[in-house]
Amino acid sequence: MLEMLSYPFIIRALVVGTLVSLCSALLGVNLVLKRYSMIGDGLSHVAFSAMAVATVMNWAPLWVAIPVVIAASYILLRLSSDGRLSGDSAIALLSTGALAVGIFIISMKSGINTDISNYMFGSVLAISKSDVSLSVALSLAVLALYVLFYNKIFAVTFDEPFAKATGVRADFYNMLIAVLTAVTIVLGMRMIGALLISSLIIFPAMSSMRLFKCFRNVVICSAAISVVCFLAGLMVSYEYSAPTGASVVIINIAVFAVFCAIDFIRGGSIAKRLNLRK
Amino acid sequence: MKKTLIKCNDVTLGYENMTVLEHVSFELKEADYLCVVGENGAGKSTLIKCLAGLKKPAEGQIELSPELARGDVGYLPQQTAIQRDFPASVREVVMSGCLNRSRIIPFYTKADRERASKHMEELGITHLFDRSYRELSGGQQQRVLLARALCASGRLLILDEPVTGLDPVITSEIYDIIKTFNKKYNITIIMVSHDVKTAVKSANKILHLKHSVQFFGSTGDYINSSAGREFIGG
Repeated sequence: MLEMLSYPFIIRALVVGTLVSLCSALLGVNLVLKRYSMIGDGLSHVAFSAMAVATVMNWAPLWVAIPVVIAASYILLRLSSDGRLSGDSAIALLSTGALAVGIFIISMKSGINTDISNYMFGSVLAISKSDVSLSVALSLAVLALYVLFYNKIFAVTFDEPFAKATGVRADFYNMLIAVLTAVTIVLGMRMIGALLISSLIIFPAMSSMRLFKCFRNVVICSAAISVVCFLAGLMVSYEYSAPTGASVVIINIAVFAVFCAIDFIRGGSIAKRLNLRK
Repeated sequence: MKKTLIKCNDVTLGYENMTVLEHVSFELKEADYLCVVGENGAGKSTLIKCLAGLKKPAEGQIELSPELARGDVGYLPQQTAIQRDFPASVREVVMSGCLNRSRIIPFYTKADRERASKHMEELGITHLFDRSYRELSGGQQQRVLLARALCASGRLLILDEPVTGLDPVITSEIYDIIKTFNKKYNITIIMVSHDVKTAVKSANKILHLKHSVQFFGSTGDYINSSAGREFIGG
């Protein structure tokens, strides 16, 4: 097992992946509770499209994708918050639209090839040396902002009208969540894959919500689950030469199943919903 | 002479091109207890949102005293679907009312924590502090939200139908608590209510809406007015 650490690309994946897992788990709790679970999915497809353009034009993928995805997250939030489009259809429009544009552009240049496959399903080789420092800096910034604004983010997620009435700038914090999500998605999608990255946002949050009832514990547990699942997934993918993204997601599914089972045995929410508690 | 806290000058409210409320003017002073009554769709909640600063009036102005303009407002909105399965402890919810006080420091201070414990004690929910909000009964949840609103403001509470879905015993408990705050701490109350009979018992001012102001004045005058007699129904 330790020999995997002798490959520099694994070390890079380990560092960036751990940080991205941490960010996505923290933000995931808020996105799931705000009923924005699918925002990650929509944004990752936009990121796919932006990276396709960058590949064709020979631009640095991260520098193109990050601003584009931040803009997309802003538009998504605006459209769904002022009620002109309902949130889920807005995301569906954006995500399928962006996917189509991305595939079209890439196939113009090189035909359907490994580039597409790598972006869709992720590749552990995707993190180049030059990306590492940018990825580390950005994910540390996401973590720092999340911790700094933790209380406000909680207030805005739990009860936006109340937060607004007491002078918390709710729109600013909603935007902050969207921007941080956008950055996290772009950083993670090349390793985990555009089609799979949103599971990194949803699974840890859903799993920890099975067992914990206070917000802080849910957030901490979600972060822990996410990092552990990522490391386990990376090992599994190294051992069986499987794609990293898929391995990480499968470990997450297993954890989710275990947590559901524990919740069920303790007579928690699932049992209640099935009316088995009587 | 009591200070004027809120002054509405000829306010018109609406959504996009539909007007919900027209020409609303009234004035509230410190320690007033105002009940906003009217039928469904009369524009009560819209007015409340506007007073809480969530919505801008289409025409007219709402003048707030300087303290209120800085966010010194305790608001108790109607419950949302998100809150029903939100994992949050009672303490976390109550503490979130303190956020308008710690503008510069992003974390809670010792004073914030003391404030939260004081209000939890007043509402008799201290023993629930680490329970999950979603597992509480409706009446307990409403007490938690009241404690949060008190953390946010010692001057004005805006309550949007605080007793919806509660049984009669709990309802009268909540009304008693609100009345105590009004009398004991001189907190100004603005409450939307369906229940005009209770409103008349506890409030000193009534605002009756039906797309415009049907009545605004003291409770005594309301009972004898034509709008009041019709709505209370004897």
